[in-house]
Amino acid sequence: MRYAMAIDTRKCVGCGDCVVACQEQYDIPAGYCRSWIAEQVKGKYPNVSMEMRSERCNHCADAPCVVCCPTDSSHISEGGIVLTDPDLCIGCGACIESCPYDARYFDPVNGNATKCTFCHERVAGGKLPACVEVCPTYCMFFGDLDDPNAEITKLLRERDYKTLKPEMGTEPHIFYLS
Amino acid sequence: MKTNRRDFLKISGLGLGGILASRDIAQTAASTVDELFPGKKRIPTYCEVCFWKCAAWVKWNKKGELCKIVGNESDPLCKGRLCPRGTAGLGMYSDPDRLKTPLIRSYTRKGQYYREASWPEAIDYIASRTRKIINESGAESLALFSHGSGGKHFTRFLRALGSGNYTAPSYAQCRGPRDVAFKATYGTPLPSPEPLDIKNTNCLVLIGSHLGENMHNSQVQEMSQLIDRGVDIITVDPRLSTAAAHSTMWLPIKPATDLALLLAWMNVIIEEGLYDRNYIENYCFGFEDLQTHLEDKTPEWAASITNLDPEKIRKAARMMAQAAPSVIVHPGRHVTWYGDDTQRSRAIAILNALLGSYGRKGGIFIPQAAKIPSYPHPAYPKPKWDWKQTLNGRYSLAHLSVSNALIDASHPDNATDNKIRGWFIVGTNLIHTVPDIPRTIEALQNQDLVVVVDTMPAEITGYADVVLPECTYLERYDDLRASPYREATVAVRTPALKPKWLTKPAYWMVKKLAYKFGLQPYFNYSDYDDVLSWQANQMGISYTELVEKGMLKVPNPSNLYFDPVDQPTFNTATGMIELYSFAFEDEGFDPLPDYTEHPEPPDGYFRLNYGRAPMHTFSRTGNNHFLYDLYPESPVWVNPEVAENLGLRNGDRVILENSEGVSSEFSAKVRVTNRIGPDSVYMVHGFGHSDPRMKKTYAKGISDTQLMTNVMIDPVMGGTGMRGNFVKIRKKSREGLFS
Repeated sequence: MRYAMAIDTRKCVGCGDCVVACQEQYDIPAGYCRSWIAEQVKGKYPNVSMEMRSERCNHCADAPCVVCCPTDSSHISEGGIVLTDPDLCIGCGACIESCPYDARYFDPVNGNATKCTFCHERVAGGKLPACVEVCPTYCMFFGDLDDPNAEITKLLRERDYKTLKPEMGTEPHIFYLS
Repeated sequence: MKTNRRDFLKISGLGLGGILASRDIAQTAASTVDELFPGKKRIPTYCEVCFWKCAAWVKWNKKGELCKIVGNESDPLCKGRLCPRGTAGLGMYSDPDRLKTPLIRSYTRKGQYYREASWPEAIDYIASRTRKIINESGAESLALFSHGSGGKHFTRFLRALGSGNYTAPSYAQCRGPRDVAFKATYGTPLPSPEPLDIKNTNCLVLIGSHLGENMHNSQVQEMSQLIDRGVDIITVDPRLSTAAAHSTMWLPIKPATDLALLLAWMNVIIEEGLYDRNYIENYCFGFEDLQTHLEDKTPEWAASITNLDPEKIRKAARMMAQAAPSVIVHPGRHVTWYGDDTQRSRAIAILNALLGSYGRKGGIFIPQAAKIPSYPHPAYPKPKWDWKQTLNGRYSLAHLSVSNALIDASHPDNATDNKIRGWFIVGTNLIHTVPDIPRTIEALQNQDLVVVVDTMPAEITGYADVVLPECTYLERYDDLRASPYREATVAVRTPALKPKWLTKPAYWMVKKLAYKFGLQPYFNYSDYDDVLSWQANQMGISYTELVEKGMLKVPNPSNLYFDPVDQPTFNTATGMIELYSFAFEDEGFDPLPDYTEHPEPPDGYFRLNYGRAPMHTFSRTGNNHFLYDLYPESPVWVNPEVAENLGLRNGDRVILENSEGVSSEFSAKVRVTNRIGPDSVYMVHGFGHSDPRMKKTYAKGISDTQLMTNVMIDPVMGGTGMRGNFVKIRKKSREGLFS
């Protein structure tokens, strides 16, 4: 099993519903977030284009945050989901420093490093991640790349896509369809 | 004598906490679902964070804790998925800054303050002041300004008293020109939500519509389907809006010239014979006049006005014609821009007719709405005068009340006999809604009674004599929702939570008030589900099932599209779609829309364009902690060249000053971006709150409304054109970089 997310940038309007759903699902303290909207503008007016993206932890196959964790708190879990074990986390912040996507932060309540979990508990229960479930433009897809019949697998077979900062060699599991 | 009688009260009431503490009714957490609704895990509602009113579920988790609001999967308006505002609805409920008790303005030698009051006291106070006004000058001199579900209850109260002066800024500050234009053309105004068959269209044209930035849920969802299908989307916008960035064609038009483009498109469609001949012949009146009228409105003519490439104008027109009749030229929603808005909307209505899209699949469908029977009550007394008399011969095609005309009738300079002396304001923050704020305040000061009903201490509450705290939509019943769409449906809102603090639903307030005037028979319910279940029964649907499912489909009253057998009729003078409008001609307005040139910004000034952010509704969601986190204030967009000339960098704080010398009360960050041209600045409406009781959003950003002092009134129906002001940018200080 290799869980992944695909986000169709032709459809995302950057409304932030994914962010609110995550905040609500995990009761994220004000001022913190596990997902966010990025807007990339290219060109000079009026020859200008824009891409909007919903971003979060990329659940990298070669995750710098896992490699650098001195206590093995940061680990790759079932389905390739990158998680942090709060019992092992000593709050050293190495993972936060190492993440090329700036996806991690210290939870102000317990001091642990934290981030997007791909809603692994929901996913284990057969549900979609909270963000995917609410998206009003249906631009987010989640599934198992090892399942050839999964919608996400088909999309990645048929459509052009990119990952963020591929030069970092992290092998992200979030794909942006174009 | 009345001047400054009503100071804007920014401070919260003295002795705050007294009433709450003494009665031990302060709630800090929601009750569990098991306590409130044994055996239930979800309660039906429809969203009230905006006017789209998506049907939704309030849900509890396995532990019985209130957890989230999700869309009702069978609702055609949301298909189970809410927008960020709907998802964040709980933030409205949990907002610690909500109004908590009734407040009564009180006076001491040191000044004015709000005193917390009990409900009986507040109701008594309102009743005695209202009675005095009625005795002296009749119930007609009471007016209601409202928005949303709560306002409907107060409308009934005003009508029962005998006043016909109820209004909503959603008309003259928003959709009115469009509705009048469609009424003149097709015989009926467009309803809300607009009956646009977006999912079935083969070409969507957005001109002054910003889907994706306005999260009109079903329309945004369906636009997404178009992108999947690879359908042409043509967006006309001076700014690279979200929709523009997702479109197959973007026409970066010079602001204020849209009407020229619309006329040129019609010219191309007629000159090249691309119009729907059968449709024109069968349904339309005035084609020849239109043809003559448009002869010289060539793409080259329009190009010189709009700064667009004439070939691109032609290409867009051909794209529309190729898709016809499955094409939609979006009628827009907030269309009050330059005072010629009804004429611009007429051009959109006529263009749709030339393409044969109205009444056709993939075009504009015939809206299907459930008819909700009205709960029995005695006939309303007939007022001696109503809003129509406040027009004083102006705005002759207004078919609903014009809020600014009611403000005129309330103003000290009103020389007529029809004077308004008391205001009820329900769910609308007029200070951020109606342009020319000083005039609104002068009218407010001239009132003998101002009652404001709201959930939040919005600015307008600071001008009230009495503030009534309404509970949020999650804590109350309201009328059944019968939104017109492809399928006729009925959705229900039932309380999912106990009202916090001393907040109450509007239907409860009007019932209490009604008793004071012996008007009980108009509000003959004990709780509001008496009304809802009666209505459901009358419609032949089970109220129990309605509450169980949240929303039910009922039979459609008509066909969705024109039927070749059952020919449509149009409620116009000619009984046809009037390309040439007799209604306009009779009232002395151009029967065919013509381009009007609008003033250019003077040197050093920019057009102030404003719009929406997808996570906010007007000025009402700024303090919702979820949405505040997502978008705490609107930056001012500035083109890079302009920024360089003015020495501005991302993150600099600026003040805007309009051409009439009005400066924004607060500052906003600059956002240097190529998404906007050098002639304009842009910001999102609804920021720059001046009431510190809304702790999160207070002083965040600039209020566009504050800068709208040159209001361009639409002579046809009284709409307030809000783009008449130009602004210059003044740097305030340098702060951190905007990332």
